[in-house]
Amino acid sequence: MIIEQQYIDLYNQAKGMINRHSSDVLNAPREQAFADFQKNGFPTKKSEEYKYTDVSEFFNLDYGFNLNRLAVPVDPYEVFKCDVPNLSSLLYFLVNDSYFAKPGVGKSLPASVFVGSLKDFSEKHPDLAAKHYGKLAKTENDGIVAFNTVFAQDGFVIYIPKGVTIEKPIQLVNIFRGDVDMMSNRRLLIIVEENAEAKLLSCDHTIDEGRKFLSTQVTEIFVGKDARFDFYEMEENGVDTCRVASTFVSQEANSNAVVNSITLHNGRTRNNYEVTLNGQHAETHLGGMAIVDKTQSVDNHTFIDHAVPHCTSHEMFKYVLDEKSIGAFTGRILVRKDAQKTEAYQTNKNICTTADAKMYTKPQLEIYADDVKCSHGATIGQIDENALFYLRARGISEKEARMLLKFAFMADVIDNIRMDAFKDRLKLLVEKRFRNELAKCAGCSGC
Amino acid sequence: MKRRKFNLMLEIKNLHANVNGKEILRGINLTVRPGEVHAIMGPNGSGKSTLSSVLAGNPVFEVTEGEVTFEGKNLLDLAPEERSCEGIFLSFQYPVEIPGVSMVNFMRTAINEHRKYKKQEPISASDFLKLMREKREVVELDNKLASRSVNEGFSGGEKKRNEIFQMAMLEPKLAILDETDSGLDIDALRIVANGVNKLKSEHNATLVITHYQRLLDYIKPEFVHVLYKGKIVKSAGPELALELEEKGYDWIKKELGE
Ligand SMILES: Nc1ncnc2c1ncn2[C@@H]1O[C@H](COP(=O)(O)OP(=O)(O)O)[C@@H](O)[C@H]1O
Ligand SMILES: [Mg+2]
Repeated sequence: MIIEQQYIDLYNQAKGMINRHSSDVLNAPREQAFADFQKNGFPTKKSEEYKYTDVSEFFNLDYGFNLNRLAVPVDPYEVFKCDVPNLSSLLYFLVNDSYFAKPGVGKSLPASVFVGSLKDFSEKHPDLAAKHYGKLAKTENDGIVAFNTVFAQDGFVIYIPKGVTIEKPIQLVNIFRGDVDMMSNRRLLIIVEENAEAKLLSCDHTIDEGRKFLSTQVTEIFVGKDARFDFYEMEENGVDTCRVASTFVSQEANSNAVVNSITLHNGRTRNNYEVTLNGQHAETHLGGMAIVDKTQSVDNHTFIDHAVPHCTSHEMFKYVLDEKSIGAFTGRILVRKDAQKTEAYQTNKNICTTADAKMYTKPQLEIYADDVKCSHGATIGQIDENALFYLRARGISEKEARMLLKFAFMADVIDNIRMDAFKDRLKLLVEKRFRNELAKCAGCSGC
Repeated sequence: MKRRKFNLMLEIKNLHANVNGKEILRGINLTVRPGEVHAIMGPNGSGKSTLSSVLAGNPVFEVTEGEVTFEGKNLLDLAPEERSCEGIFLSFQYPVEIPGVSMVNFMRTAINEHRKYKKQEPISASDFLKLMREKREVVELDNKLASRSVNEGFSGGEKKRNEIFQMAMLEPKLAILDETDSGLDIDALRIVANGVNKLKSEHNATLVITHYQRLLDYIKPEFVHVLYKGKIVKSAGPELALELEEKGYDWIKKELGE
């Protein structure tokens, strides 16, 4: 427990400050989480679930924290030019883990809706917040969730009450900046009540290159009966940024959710996605892409729990791995004994463009019901040489032809996006990425 | 066989090629001049597609001996994309499906790469659309197909028409048609052949690889060659194609003492 010790000491010294700058709802589970973290520590490669990514290593550095919540010295609206501009006027920021929004943003939203800081939300709606916060993200067996729960002081909330539809996509931009190496620990809490609807795009950007950053993010998403929610996450971090994100989704009857994870540029990434289908006829679309090169790594670990009958899950992840990068995908699907008439489809397709790139893929289907339709397929391949020659035979240079084929490989992931402005923009970003034209920090051309 | 006194376009000398270490082409000699139409016939597996792949530069095949010059340049030194830009076009026997790459994007990229090679500016959006429309009509290719992914879900006949459409777009000097007629019904065959004929001029040449006389009724060759076991074993005028249609290949094998 050498890596853990500095964080244990930090909490013991700073808990007063941590609590003072947070809210009762976030403070309530802290002590238990701390006990759980002390018990379990960070996961290491020894754990089956983490054997491709040693997450404990991410923490083995002397990061700064902003526990006494010093004000962000920049106006992100000024310095940040988002890679997905004009998506929405509903634009919010977390700078490291501090919430920032322009006064008046979101004023077009119905009064019953809350979009903003988790701390503010838990003061304004303490019962709602307490009812949901930490209820999906359990600390007892998950060292990362425990750690995040110990240190998280704020985050972002979307609360859409029963029957309300928010047409406009909401955009959250998570910025890393710092004069020293920094860690941020943030929470996202999404509550979409019965027959309500919303869409969120959340982007990660490192602004200060040359600094090391680490983010832990825990997201809890409640999708009510007949509700619809789309969650797109796009990472465009620097190579020295590590990200550990755990997303928990709970869906009620007839609900429909998209959880889409796009890793365009990163350092080292571990994403956990856990979707529980709790109500009949719920439908989920879990998927994403990773484009990785240099010595970057992306590890998506997914778990879909078909707890009740008549639910459908579609899962598709695709990776393109170049140079010496490493990718990992785990797709666990559990169909419980009573979950008859389940439909669960999973695909994971990967291209390694060099002999040094490595991909580990592990479908894991556990089916205890007998009347189900389930399929899974995983492939690791190279660029199709026949297609490459066909394009070149029409005059297209090898470099351009490879770019076209890599882009084409990702086309169906992009097509699954149900947010048109983002979909169009992503096509451009993916193409730029494959052309190596995506600047390390394309997001902040203004800074 | 009277040769026109035009310049040489393509000259193949003693060409040998391997695939996976196995020798497939075993000393091919062939000369093609502008304006000429050559037919290459021969039983399955004799190396016709290998020859066209080698000419187009498919890296799967390894040239072990011999020379190929195209308009005086050493063709074998050029990458497939350079050969295309120099004016060689291969209509594939088996066109490749490329899901996710739209026909429009594919053709625009190809046209612009050709223009770049000639040091020309990229084509304007409106000129490109006009060109697409014009050339689509040459082979009566449905607009719907042009808006789909390359060859994806195309029928056999549509794929072949799409090859000739691409040829019309790129206006090659030397077109190699590798069994472009196979799998076509008589209407499609006529459309494809008309397309090829519309594009023919005294400046360009065509190499037609086929099993059947019926395509040669439309695209009339002046020279017919029989490729057998990796060599051209017989060359003659168009009457040779008729003779092969009638008698098959056995008499040739007999002539060769087999
Ligand atoms: N990619 C390949 N790998 C292995 N063998 C090949 C390949 N392409 C062609 N061949 C072999 O080369 C020989 C000639 O094939 P091909 O050129 O396709 O003949 P044709 O077009 O005259 O029918 C055949 O024996 C075939 O099996
Ligand atoms: Mg052939």
